[in-house]
Amino acid sequence: MKKRGKVVSFIEDLKNGATDPYAYVERALEEASRKDPVLNIFITMKSEVPDKLVNGKLAGVPIAVKDNIVTKGLRTTCASRILENFVPQYSATIVKILEREGAVIIGKTNMDEFAMGALGTTSAFGPTLNPINTKLSPGGSSSGSAAAVASGVVDLALGSDTGGSIRLPAAWTGIFGLKPTYGAVSRFGLISYADSMDQIGPMSSNASDLAYLFSIISSFDPLDPTSSHNPWGNRIEEIASKEPDFDLLRKLKLKIPRELLNHPQAEEYVIEEFWRKISTLEKEGAQVEEISEPILLKVPQVYYVIAFSEASSNLARFDGVRYGSRIAELEDNDWDSYYMMNRSLFGWEVKRRIMLGAFILSKGYYEMYYSLALKARAVIKRKIESHLKDGSLIATPGSLISPLPINYDATDLSKLNAIDAPLMIANLGGFPALTVPTGSVSGTPTSMQFVGPSWSEDKLLSLAKVMEEMFT
Amino acid sequence: MSSEKIIIGLEIHVQLTSLKTKLFCNCSSNYRDMPPNTNVCPICLGLPGSLPVVNKEAVKKALLVALALNMKISNRVSWARKHYFYPDLPKNYQITQYEGKGVASIAREGYLEYYVDGNLKKARIRRINLEEDPGKIIYHTGSMLTSKYSLIDYNRSGVALLEIVTEPDFSSPKEVIAFLQELRSVLEYLEVADFNLEGSMRVDVNISIEGGSRVEVKNIGSISEIEAAILYEVARQRSLREKGIKIEMETRHWDQERKATVGTRTKETEEDYRYFPDPNLPPVEIEMDYLEGIAKEMPELPNAKRERLIKEYGLSSYLSYVITSNKKLAEYFEEVMKYTKIDGEKAAALIVNDLVGWIGQERIKDIGKLVPPAEMANLLELLRKGDISIKIAKETIPELVSGRKTTEVLLSRGWLGRISGKELDEIVERVMRENEKAVEDALRNPKAIQFLIGKVMEVTNKKADPKETYELIVKKIGELQKRTWSN
Repeated sequence: MKKRGKVVSFIEDLKNGATDPYAYVERALEEASRKDPVLNIFITMKSEVPDKLVNGKLAGVPIAVKDNIVTKGLRTTCASRILENFVPQYSATIVKILEREGAVIIGKTNMDEFAMGALGTTSAFGPTLNPINTKLSPGGSSSGSAAAVASGVVDLALGSDTGGSIRLPAAWTGIFGLKPTYGAVSRFGLISYADSMDQIGPMSSNASDLAYLFSIISSFDPLDPTSSHNPWGNRIEEIASKEPDFDLLRKLKLKIPRELLNHPQAEEYVIEEFWRKISTLEKEGAQVEEISEPILLKVPQVYYVIAFSEASSNLARFDGVRYGSRIAELEDNDWDSYYMMNRSLFGWEVKRRIMLGAFILSKGYYEMYYSLALKARAVIKRKIESHLKDGSLIATPGSLISPLPINYDATDLSKLNAIDAPLMIANLGGFPALTVPTGSVSGTPTSMQFVGPSWSEDKLLSLAKVMEEMFT
Repeated sequence: MSSEKIIIGLEIHVQLTSLKTKLFCNCSSNYRDMPPNTNVCPICLGLPGSLPVVNKEAVKKALLVALALNMKISNRVSWARKHYFYPDLPKNYQITQYEGKGVASIAREGYLEYYVDGNLKKARIRRINLEEDPGKIIYHTGSMLTSKYSLIDYNRSGVALLEIVTEPDFSSPKEVIAFLQELRSVLEYLEVADFNLEGSMRVDVNISIEGGSRVEVKNIGSISEIEAAILYEVARQRSLREKGIKIEMETRHWDQERKATVGTRTKETEEDYRYFPDPNLPPVEIEMDYLEGIAKEMPELPNAKRERLIKEYGLSSYLSYVITSNKKLAEYFEEVMKYTKIDGEKAAALIVNDLVGWIGQERIKDIGKLVPPAEMANLLELLRKGDISIKIAKETIPELVSGRKTTEVLLSRGWLGRISGKELDEIVERVMRENEKAVEDALRNPKAIQFLIGKVMEVTNKKADPKETYELIVKKIGELQKRTWSN
């Protein structure tokens, strides 16, 4: 029996007059009010069904939006005390697209503060719990968006992915997540963490709806200086509605970086499960090749130098002068102490990254760290491109370790490095990357990640549909 | 100033006022006279989530300036962030251009030639950069020191600024002023800036005297203030040295009210702006074709026009310099010359000394509307043909400025026609006969001739040529003197 997208089906039914236009949203709001108190999915939640629905490709479809995407008139906090009461005066391009197509944003989802974290635990509004097991982290930083989908509140959510923030929570909650090619989705209105890597992407309960949402949100935006025109025409939308294309497997070439699978922190059962799924794909005709790229183990270091530097600059604007919370009184302070007091509202992880970034960019250290990281980034990108140019995809487990407990001590970086290494490749290179669920082992979800060359989302999403049919 | 060496370098900030929009957003670049904080958007307010998009016209204007200043143009346009915390800077960093760290100024290593007292000088330009203007801090008392609070107006935030950095090639305020005037006229010729607008040019001046460190005086708003600031600063530094106090490297502000430079309270350590390439604005190649297209649009620049006017119209270098220092004036002059065969130098002198004198420097931009070129040419043509005297020409000009026409003025005043030769000779004879006392004075004191000239003008209703009248009277007085001698 072929799986159909839930959103895709709803829109079809709506066209045929076979469903109540409000039914989907009403059910989502109801689910949200039941699940949120347990899981802490949303920072700001809507409770009322809109009076009027806009007719469009997403008419009446509920969607959850990560709280680092600005929404006019709807509080946007980045899960930070410093933006606790920030109500934007404008909407992100992507929000305008959703609204134009009739989607109903039912709430702004919890996340790691300013998207900095892998567990969803740096939020100033408390952690989101994993719907599969509330003792576990759902993964971050798009923790709330993943939980909203995995708990069945919505079938669609928007996350952002700077270093794996869509794909890790997708892997840990057993859903689909896509980090698009850099420039495929407008960043205008996404509160910057690291501009050169930030990218908004879709998260969904199923492959068809993932493709469907992506077909809608990927478009050139003149307001985003790094936005590009995509090359697909309506190919992505067709993937969403078409039958899975099993022929794809016979043309599929997968490359598997040995160093990542041999990572000292990788869990054995994860690796075994990964190879089992690979051999299934091989039996269906896929070619599989192991490759060796020792530099991939340095990916997190390179990523952090660049991301922290950009973050230290991007977050300089939060000072309490024009917007956001202020705890310093203007009358009692000079500017320096005013800034210092207000900026103490940042959480620990954010402060750590700002300080390290400011250090890296400062005189004498720039050449030592930042320049070198940029060079390493270029080398990594070139190497990956050379592996992908024959039409291959890189395949890795979605996560080398199983979901960490919600009370995991985030200052222990060893395990976090194992999480980061496979995921950050795509961000450093600007490549698209997809995480698909592949079932579970004793209740813990398993998953695979595929990285393709830029603008290969059509291929990745077609593969997602095939994998969905095979493994779930 | 004494012969001791003074070294001055400049950092000039020019607003590209001819642009319709700001450097990175669609807000108007004309923020003047708007209520505070009404010419703003998420981008120039640096609101979370907003991103900059480069105004291509601004890049084009900067390239035009680079070509005019004989600069080496970078092969890519790239941007850097300069970080410092200040409330007028909404992102707490400024998007600018920088030399190094993988980014480059849009152009570097150029020069501009200018004249000081008729001598040609050359100042090297180190680099030019595009950058965004910050907002404006308003102190209710007008001074930072005495205000209890400050207000911030972001209307100006994000307006395109062109920063022009010179080498330390100036040794006197006179050179600085001559250079700045030349630079302004070049920028006006290129139609990138309108310096009639308040605050459209701000200058940081680096000044050092022998044996002292460089002192930077920031943010001076007008050419006359710059002169005052340099004079003040040189005197201050000298007096420090005379007292044996070391001149430290520092940044000072020019206090317009007190006409003095004021030290900033913080001690100058070398500031670390943590420059790095703006990750939102990846470098963009400058195509050769594009650059060639811009070069084709290059108008004739002041120096070239100056040379041409000397050759084509026989202007003296002085008048050519004055005429070309303002593009509108030079255009006006050439337009007038289309309709008259009068000697160019004569026409230029009347335009510069009389016409501009009556309308005023600040109205030169409307000169063609105030006195249409054909009207001015009509007057000059009558002068050339001898139908009116120079005196009448000069007195007609203010009437033209007030909107009247040449023939209308001349007819109503009865000024048309000129009295000269035998007719004038007879009138002079008569005036001298009727003013014996004045003639006696003139015999003793040649200056008294003026009175007689005035009388002749009165009698002829100014239709006599003053020069011819003067010569006639001198001749006749001379004859009288000879007669007295021989007696």
